[in-house]
Amino acid sequence: MRTPAFILILTVVAAALYVAFDMVGSDYLFFAGYTVLQYIVLATAWNILGGYCGYVNFGSAGFFAIGVYTTVFFYAVGQRIDEIVPEFLVAPMQLIFPLPLPVLIVTAGAVAGFVGLGMGYLTLRLRGVFFAIATLAFTVVLETFIVNWSFVGGSRGAYIIVPNEVPVFGHLIQFLFALMLVLVIVALTTSRLIERSKLGVGFATIRDDELAAEASGVPTLRLKLVATVVSGALMGMAGAPFPYYIGYVEPGSAFNLSYAVNSIAMPMIGGTTSWVGPLVGALLLGTLQQVATVTISSAVNLLIVGLLLIFFVIIAPRGIVGLIQDRWRGRSKS
Amino acid sequence: MEFDLLINAIIAGLMLGGFYAAVTAGISISFGMLDIVNIAHPGFIILGSYIAYIVNAHFGVDPIVIAIVALPAFYALGSLIYQVYYQSFEKHGQDSLRGLAFFFGLLFVTEVSLNLIFGVDYRSVDVPYIGGSVSIGAMEFPVRMLVPCLVSLAMFGGLQLFMSRTFIGRAVMAVSQDPPALQLMAVDPIRIKRIAFSISIATASMAGAFLIIIQPVIPSAGREYIGRVFAICVLGGLGSLPGTLIAALMIGVIESITSTFYGPSWSPAVSFGLLLLTLAVRPSGLFGR
Repeated sequence: MRTPAFILILTVVAAALYVAFDMVGSDYLFFAGYTVLQYIVLATAWNILGGYCGYVNFGSAGFFAIGVYTTVFFYAVGQRIDEIVPEFLVAPMQLIFPLPLPVLIVTAGAVAGFVGLGMGYLTLRLRGVFFAIATLAFTVVLETFIVNWSFVGGSRGAYIIVPNEVPVFGHLIQFLFALMLVLVIVALTTSRLIERSKLGVGFATIRDDELAAEASGVPTLRLKLVATVVSGALMGMAGAPFPYYIGYVEPGSAFNLSYAVNSIAMPMIGGTTSWVGPLVGALLLGTLQQVATVTISSAVNLLIVGLLLIFFVIIAPRGIVGLIQDRWRGRSKS
Repeated sequence: MEFDLLINAIIAGLMLGGFYAAVTAGISISFGMLDIVNIAHPGFIILGSYIAYIVNAHFGVDPIVIAIVALPAFYALGSLIYQVYYQSFEKHGQDSLRGLAFFFGLLFVTEVSLNLIFGVDYRSVDVPYIGGSVSIGAMEFPVRMLVPCLVSLAMFGGLQLFMSRTFIGRAVMAVSQDPPALQLMAVDPIRIKRIAFSISIATASMAGAFLIIIQPVIPSAGREYIGRVFAICVLGGLGSLPGTLIAALMIGVIESITSTFYGPSWSPAVSFGLLLLTLAVRPSGLFGR
């Protein structure tokens, strides 16, 4: 399938989903759906580095939080324009601020991608394990900075006063849901494009045998940096609308470990070798968690995620997609 | 008295470092020597803290005694985990990605289970010496720091003796360098690795008891130790116990000085920053080969 056709199909599915949700008319559906979509973006983003290149990133929560705090930062700037900038700039600045959310998302993507580049440059020359540990360390460093940075709320957190109604979409949550749908399309398309391009083949050589790839002239460091930047940028973009969604941000919620766990567990459970895996994993696990949160408790649903992750890693290393592929192959043989 | 403050910060840091050494000992063995990236180790430490907490709350036993009694149980847990790890991952060759995800899952499950059982409140133990302190001149030694530090140093000395003097200890050192050569000596590398990994988990029992003596514990407390522990391990040169001890004392002192002069909210960033710096500049560690 060509990429334009793929995008068209995704768009149609997304639009159908939106219309269906709108017809049900329950705000809760949009709230729950937003979370699942957010996980699809995070899982797909993680998979670009983790699944294609084989470099485990434990810092998903960090990149997500970069997106979150980019929004908070520009919101705070918008609130205190007259204190920050010289007087002659106040009037033009007031025309621009508050920045519209789509602009914030793109900015957040740029910031997160840039941070990804810096971190990748520092650590990607090392063995994969060190990179994994470094990403974990990076999240904590970042959280410490945010906790100590009072401009974006520090440890007390920051309130975002959001409009209740948005033109065209009606409720704010519907607007956010639609934005997230667009992000999902962007993430899936990027992931699929990479998978089928020369870049994806390069990534696969790194995953399978980095030394051999290096020896055959694959520019491994450059490829890994590309993967880190793309993956980080997508995660940042997923985080940017979060303050609008939740209304109040504090470091504990932005850096929540469940983002890191979920964005690893979802691709691992779905299957890491193709763009379908994270999608399947995120849909299944995300929906399951929403159901479990309502029916049991939010702590139990995290336990379920952890146990499923361990279970799948041991029993089905290639995830659900792998299981299905095996079954198909088994049938065609017999 | 800036100077007194500095001296006391250094002393507190050294004692903290002694405790960090106990926390890192397990990682130094599993990650440094066996190449098993056990990021769930801090989770087991917290588990040790909670075991010390329950027994202490019911019977009033000293946490360190509890930890020593619990050593065989942790050893058995370590054997079990290694068996699963070996059967599912190590046997099939290098697949560090899945192994990492496995341990990450373990860490998460431990934390969430503790959360479900005990809630998110801070838990602490009740021991007579917790409030006391010994002072020599202007120097203050809070006993709650001193006891864990001394026991930890003793444990570290014991481990180092075990590794360098006994046959199994030397075999552990060997297995990290050349498993086939070990097989030629009629030693089963898998068995040696299992023993070493079990020992590494057993140290978590002790470290857990130290932790809950030093400060109240919540289920998520393990997380902030992940980076610190790996920072110390990498800084000390992977798999070298003396190097680990020196690095632990160093990190302890640096963190203590930071928190004395700049406020405790900055201290987590110090070790992590150092780790990132070490990884970027000298990944073989300060004392690496």
